[in-house]
Amino acid sequence: MAKSKSVLGVGRVMPELPKVMTGIQGLDEITFGGLPKGRPTLVCGGPGCGKTLLAMEFLCRGALQYNEPGVFIAFEEKEKDLEENFASLGFDLKSLVKHKKLVIDYVYIERSEIEETGEYDLEGLFVRLAAAIDSIGAKRVVLDTIEALFSGFSNESILRAELRRLFRWLKDKGVTAVITGEKGESLLTKHGLEEYVADCVILLDHRTVNQIATRRLKIIKYRGSKHGTNEFPFLIGETGISVFPMTSLLLSSTVSSRRISSGIKSLDEMLGNKGYYRGSTILVSGSAGSGKTSFGAKFVDAVCETGERALYLAFEEPEDQLSRNMKSIGIDLKKWIDKGLLKINANRATLCGLEMHLVMAHNAVRDFKPSVVVIDPITTLIGAGMADEAKAMMARLLDYLRNEGITVLATDLSLGSTHGDSAEIGISSLCDTWIRLSMETQGYRRMRRLSIIKSRGMKHAHDTKDFMITDNGLEMKDIPGRKEDLR
Amino acid sequence: MKKAAYRLKLYVAGTTPKSLEAFANLKKICEEYLKGQYSIEVIDLIKNPKLAKGDQIIAIPTLVRHLPEPIKKIIGDLSNKEKVLVGLNIINKG
Repeated sequence: MAKSKSVLGVGRVMPELPKVMTGIQGLDEITFGGLPKGRPTLVCGGPGCGKTLLAMEFLCRGALQYNEPGVFIAFEEKEKDLEENFASLGFDLKSLVKHKKLVIDYVYIERSEIEETGEYDLEGLFVRLAAAIDSIGAKRVVLDTIEALFSGFSNESILRAELRRLFRWLKDKGVTAVITGEKGESLLTKHGLEEYVADCVILLDHRTVNQIATRRLKIIKYRGSKHGTNEFPFLIGETGISVFPMTSLLLSSTVSSRRISSGIKSLDEMLGNKGYYRGSTILVSGSAGSGKTSFGAKFVDAVCETGERALYLAFEEPEDQLSRNMKSIGIDLKKWIDKGLLKINANRATLCGLEMHLVMAHNAVRDFKPSVVVIDPITTLIGAGMADEAKAMMARLLDYLRNEGITVLATDLSLGSTHGDSAEIGISSLCDTWIRLSMETQGYRRMRRLSIIKSRGMKHAHDTKDFMITDNGLEMKDIPGRKEDLR
Repeated sequence: MKKAAYRLKLYVAGTTPKSLEAFANLKKICEEYLKGQYSIEVIDLIKNPKLAKGDQIIAIPTLVRHLPEPIKKIIGDLSNKEKVLVGLNIINKG
């Protein structure tokens, strides 16, 4: 929370419209402060897109974080099912109900059991809702999904009139309501609920591209308020929904002129004798087996040595394998993990969509607060998304980390190693320092070479060096036979 | 016509013209077809909102047939006699 405030200035006084915070990670940022207070918000989307979860999380967080009790009218799931489903996300609905913070009322409609004769209204629903609201002094209400009424009653004109009355009634009650609706073919919802709930409409989407599923959230309208208009990737994680807010990505990060050691003395010498800039983005590209991971590990090792935290996002090797391999060159990662200075998040890139990786990375950074993040390698991550959107996504992640003042080292597997100047999807332009590792064959031996292609804002060496991986780490040496220093 | 006793509950919300009409219609039908073998309980949800949950009442007025089983619900002002009779299984459809 504190962080979101600092990023966007959510705390600033907005004269527009009173809002209530949802407490849902990221959502309050893109809505600039939450949902419209005392008004209904429509959340729509296809089956399994997370409508119920969003709605329930809105109530739970309201009750826990903002002391606003809530009423959940469930048309689809029984109380017990909801309790069980949400227990897995860390929400103890039972205890909330016991402490009078939450009322769940399951409304059961079965058309086959109901015969209609003549005029009727939905006063029974109103009575139940009113009783539930009054019993705990609820400030928030969820109707999930009210469209079930359409399958229960055949007289649509009565139903529509009653829905109109219901939403007016909710407004009069002054409760902030979330209404969920199933996505329709041409309309936002099957029965055109958006006609009644006009203040704020959020669309959730769960789509699969190249066999990788991503969830996205879009605010379609928000009367009387500005809002982010993009599609925001979101994740249903262990603690509920996290929306990855890109609105926080402004090109306004504070630039540091402090330096941070690369962990390799001879490389620091090549970088103006001081190492990288803090908060800068470093790209290490190279062909397979050129030592990129060792590079990242050495950097992490040096960072932890100074007592700072580092996050290692590994997409190719699991944690154990990584520490074993690095031990062979004299880097003890386990030590730092045990001390709590290093965290290795190992995930297969194809585990989920790129957005999901970004949200996970975002959450890991938020929780662990590292000063250095290593992404190894950034290239496989790109394989998890479409090429063109991958670049945009990558830019978002790097910008986010830059905003947080985190130094990033990303490794990049350049496939066409011979002319590697055209780094994959142009990540290089996002990077401040670009180090290229290459393998050269001399006779029967393959030699590692290192060159600094660019390093913004500092003097750096221009000559290609020999790069050795030894038992004691990494070392750069002049290539034998070329003593001239071109600096 | 069934021999079993009819136990009926009529759910209303306050004394509205619609609920009065529903009760009058129901009374008339019962007297005509079920004389002596029925009971009607009128439940006002305004006074007793908690009772709405038990029979899953949403629409008002709702008539619930508790006996004979299975439970049947008829919503509306019960103005259509045919439908009420079918709904209560007093006469068969068609």
